[in-house]
Amino acid sequence: MKTFLLAVTTFTLVSGASFADPHEDRVALMKSFGQQLGQLAPMAKGEKPFDAAATAAALTELQARTEKFDAAVLFPEGSTGGDKNRALPVIWTAWDDFTARADKLKADVAEVAATPPADQAALGAALGKIGSNCGGCHEVYRAPEG
Amino acid sequence: MNLLGKLAVAAAIVAAAGGLVFWFATAPEPLSEQSLAALPQGDAARGERIFWAGGCTSCHARPGSQGDAVLELSGGLELRTPFGTFVAPNISQHPDDGIGSWTAGDLANAMLRGVSPRGSHYYPAFPYGSYARMDPADVADLYAFMKTLPVVEGRAAANALKFPFSIRRGIGVWKFVHLSPDPVLEIPDASEQVARGQYLVEGPGHCGECHTPRDVSGGLKKDEWLAGAVAAEGEGVVPNITPGGLDWSAGEIAYFLESGFTPDFDSVGGSMVAVQKNMARLPTEDREAVAAYLKAGPARENGYPARQ
Ligand code: HEC
Ligand code: HEC
Ligand code: HEC
Repeated sequence: MKTFLLAVTTFTLVSGASFADPHEDRVALMKSFGQQLGQLAPMAKGEKPFDAAATAAALTELQARTEKFDAAVLFPEGSTGGDKNRALPVIWTAWDDFTARADKLKADVAEVAATPPADQAALGAALGKIGSNCGGCHEVYRAPEG
Repeated sequence: MNLLGKLAVAAAIVAAAGGLVFWFATAPEPLSEQSLAALPQGDAARGERIFWAGGCTSCHARPGSQGDAVLELSGGLELRTPFGTFVAPNISQHPDDGIGSWTAGDLANAMLRGVSPRGSHYYPAFPYGSYARMDPADVADLYAFMKTLPVVEGRAAANALKFPFSIRRGIGVWKFVHLSPDPVLEIPDASEQVARGQYLVEGPGHCGECHTPRDVSGGLKKDEWLAGAVAAEGEGVVPNITPGGLDWSAGEIAYFLESGFTPDFDSVGGSMVAVQKNMARLPTEDREAVAAYLKAGPARENGYPARQ
């Protein structure tokens, strides 16, 4: 029992912030995906010349960040409180689907990062593949603003 | 006859006359024989572009289907509104359960006039208020494309509406007030690109159906066109996409419609996801035209109450 409590306390301390406000944490994490996508999109749109090394680097970093999408920690049951919180309660009635979508995002990003796109068109397609995971989950589990 | 009796008779006559007016004012008005005869032979390849612009899959695909499975137009999506629940019907090529036995004229009457082959009104939950602005030749092309889509068996559930909205005839009044093929905005000296965008947004794209607030009778407030609205279903707001609410560049709008990413790399959500996926299937020039039109329209204040 003691060891269990110790383990719980240590865990809470280590991941303290996550327990404080899961809404803040998950939004911060998802916004950090955006920073990497923001490196890639100008090359996909042809606003910047395609750069294979920069593409690979941004994808590796995006993968590291999506790996941190731990649905159980970021979306504890019932964490819908707060002004700007847009998480919908249906997340916990369809929990298996929700976590499957988080896993699919990780798998797709890992796949793209493992064999990074070699030209502008391939990068566009890769962003489409990654982005459909974001939109697909937001379609069902995120409320509109306001 | 005493005074009371006379009054009662007078009231009865007025009521009957009112009823007659109601009956005529609410009669479904299909396209004329001439318009129907003038419908050209459709082209399926062109029709596919109209199909994606029109977003038929958003409502008529089997709920939850992905990829090319959205071409199975089984219906079944429930639209929950203050008037009750509408259920999108099967519009696959099944001859009995879908619209496989329809003529191009039947489809034109449904989309441009909101009238069924048996001559009754459709509810404007089927966004023909916008489709009425479409070119009949585009409907003929759409018809040719839909003919190439799969046959899907099974009927969707019936609508479950509250009285008096459950009376189809009453929709005639709504149409009388709100149904018009005229463009919404007047844009002086519109470029060809802006004009194309206007057609796509106000017609097949039916963007106003969600992004424009409605009056008490459920009609779109034209003077708050695209100014954003309280969501008809569920909670929250649909954003203002006039220059008064959306400060994105035309390129950013076009990229959002293509990829679903906003300029700060949030990603699209809610009912806009299906719209964006449809827009992604259009040629680039169409998304650029939509963006050009949104930039060309007047800036408006938000069409929904300020947030607390
Ligand atoms: C498994 C579901 C899921 C996936 C996958 C997902 N999101 Fe989210 N996202 C959510 C939910 C739910 C919220 C609302 C969270 C809240 O308000 O607490 C959200 C919120 C956000 C926000 C914050 C918006 C705001 O309110 O300011 C951003 C930005 C975002 N997501 C970007 C992304 C991007 C980019 C991707 C893809 C790389 C992505 N998300 C993938 C579920 C998901
Ligand atoms: C916003 C949701 C929505 C969209 C988008 C939509 N529809 Fe519908 N549609 C409906 C609803 C709801 C009905 C049933 C209306 C009623 O019961 O009166 C309907 C009815 C129909 C009917 C009549 C079917 C019958 O059995 O009588 C046809 C045909 C049709 N739609 C075709 C289309 C086409 C083609 C498109 C795309 C260009 C489209 N719809 C887009 C919601 C939609
Ligand atoms: C079925 C309803 C619906 C229709 C039809 C629709 N939208 Fe939207 N739109 C939304 C919703 C809801 C959002 C907010 C999305 C979110 O929560 O992420 C949105 C967001 C947007 C945004 C992003 C605005 C912002 O500030 O983030 C743009 C741009 C947009 N829509 C353009 C269009 C265009 C152009 C059309 C027509 C082709 C259209 N919409 C049709 C519901 C709709």
